[in-house]
Amino acid sequence: MNMGRAHWLYLAPALLLLGVFLVYPSAETIRLSFYGPRSDTFVGVQNYVRAFTSRPMLIAFRNNLLWLGVFTLFTVGMGLVLAVLLDRVRYEAVIKSVIFLPMAISYVAAGVIWRFVYAFRPAVAPQIGLLNAIVVGLGGQPVGWLIQRPWVNNIALIVVGVWVWTGFCMVIISAAYKGIPREMQEAARIDGANEWQVFRHVTIPFLKSTLAVVTTTMIVFVLKVFDIVYMMTNGAYDTDVIANRMYNEMFQFSNYGMASAIAVILFLAIVPFLVLNVRRFRVQEAVR
Amino acid sequence: MMKRWLVGLLLAGLVAGLAQGAVTIMVLWSGDELAAFQKVVDAFQARTGIAVRVESVGRDLPTILATRVAAGNPPDLAGMPNPGQMAEFVARGALIPVDGLVDLTQFPTAFVDLATVGGKVYGIFISADLKSLVWYNPDALYAEGLAPATSWNELVYITRELANRGKTPWAVGFESGAASGWPGTDWIEDIMLRTAGPELYDKWVAHEIPWTHPAVKRAFELFGSIVRNNAYVYGGTTGVLSINFGDSPAVLWDPVPGAYLHRQATFIKSFIAGAHPQLDLDQDVGFFVFPPIDPQWGTPLLGAGDLISAFRDTPEVRAFLQYLASPDAQAIWCGALGKLATNVNVDPGIYPDRLTAQAAEILKGAEIFRFDASDLMPAAVGSGAFWKGVLDYVSGVPLDRVLQDIEAAARAAY
Repeated sequence: MNMGRAHWLYLAPALLLLGVFLVYPSAETIRLSFYGPRSDTFVGVQNYVRAFTSRPMLIAFRNNLLWLGVFTLFTVGMGLVLAVLLDRVRYEAVIKSVIFLPMAISYVAAGVIWRFVYAFRPAVAPQIGLLNAIVVGLGGQPVGWLIQRPWVNNIALIVVGVWVWTGFCMVIISAAYKGIPREMQEAARIDGANEWQVFRHVTIPFLKSTLAVVTTTMIVFVLKVFDIVYMMTNGAYDTDVIANRMYNEMFQFSNYGMASAIAVILFLAIVPFLVLNVRRFRVQEAVR
Repeated sequence: MMKRWLVGLLLAGLVAGLAQGAVTIMVLWSGDELAAFQKVVDAFQARTGIAVRVESVGRDLPTILATRVAAGNPPDLAGMPNPGQMAEFVARGALIPVDGLVDLTQFPTAFVDLATVGGKVYGIFISADLKSLVWYNPDALYAEGLAPATSWNELVYITRELANRGKTPWAVGFESGAASGWPGTDWIEDIMLRTAGPELYDKWVAHEIPWTHPAVKRAFELFGSIVRNNAYVYGGTTGVLSINFGDSPAVLWDPVPGAYLHRQATFIKSFIAGAHPQLDLDQDVGFFVFPPIDPQWGTPLLGAGDLISAFRDTPEVRAFLQYLASPDAQAIWCGALGKLATNVNVDPGIYPDRLTAQAAEILKGAEIFRFDASDLMPAAVGSGAFWKGVLDYVSGVPLDRVLQDIEAAARAAY
């Protein structure tokens, strides 16, 4: 056995698996995206043109951007705030567990649970939805949380995502926060810095790379968001997102070309963040 | 022990081998429907000795069936997703005509016509659902001094009259999970049949007229004149969009009725009975046919049905088809499920209650019967843009934009 070739032998199983389960399907998806609904007629870039011009798709893009901004801001932001504040609380472990708990629930189940929270009943009937029961209890009129567009229903869906993912962000950031040498913060306080300045100039710089990794992870997730939207509205009332469009084109409408084109677009949108994430990760590893 | 096990295995193999010469039928039913169909199959087997293998494939039937047909390996018979899909199989030369195999004089012409392609009949409706019904609570309606409507103007009068008295006339619910919006398409189809007539309806189904056509627009507007009016529907438009289609009619039978009228197909009876188990279906629940609008089109009926077609012509398949078309088979199937028989010779006594028998009687007298349009359209329109369009329209999106959106989806799909 020539040592120059041996590494290929060891790589072979992994390469084979990657080829069969990743490279081939990706290439096939790209090829199908240039074909018609039944993959039998070549249509050129027609699917892509439709994907970037039809109103339902444009609304889906808009919503994905909304998800991207609001969801990422709140999961990472609240994760950071909770990690720092809970560090000083005696029941830290208990509270963190409670906040982390939704992670253990599947998104489909989360969707079902929150459909009950948002449920609407006419004002003349008893409210069965928690949120509307509170609103009516305070003397208001019941609100169609999942129906009122353009912002109420989209934010209502994003809240479900935030509820599920904040705990995850909090746990990761908390681990990094506990790794900051306490002497640093002490030194800053002795130098006369107030709490905000300590947080701003000592804590944040130390957490920078962790925050970046958590943020890119959230972005990759949010671009692929599907289950929550499918379960709760199936994209009605302008709440559609790219992944749900793809699912419907594929499994509801049997339009393989369009579904493949949307899959390729989604893939291309995610790649830059993946590259960023991997680079960040390498930098972090090198520091250690 | 081992030996006995082996013998068992061999016997099982032998039985399976014998069953190869029998009949296979692919259906999408599950639960009660599958159990009822199995009863039909068992009766056939007891009568003829011909074994029938039922393949239940669930909601993926259209995909699986299309794949099997394309591969040249179809089942002997199959339930068709809808007449449109049946016509596609006919175009590919996959189905056998049933004229001459089955006595078609036992069926109303409407159902024979629905299964006719190019002058030949390619399928049998073993049962039907009637959609053009308005349900009401007789006690509540008569207490208001009102009676079932026999024309659209009367229906509008009842609606206004109740609203003027501070009551809510209609209970409407379009929520149905990922399929939300479908009950609204039935409303529009019923109105379209009554305002534009069956010929234009067929053109609309085939996308020979655009969704922006004045006739389609008018049907939407008439629908909107009731369902988009917050004073006419229980819970306002938000209620319409939030309330599940199955829960929706229950308020008609509340101690203080939440609403008085509910438009829905025959199957809703079981939901009403489920919500109010104490009701006597023969006394406390009534329906009338969705009334005519434009007198020249009279009272067409909208419905759906279970259509069976055959891919292979063997003596066994012929025998099974003949049995499925017979009053005996339909009595088992419809008696168990409360569906409506299509064979005119079925004894009305088989129905579980007076309401179902009454619906069957209405169906028997159908002069014009049309299949649910959204079921006939390509899925991207009939199970996509049309559903969403109804929801958009009710939630306040301008009608022109709604129709343009559906038209855009239709242009890409047809």
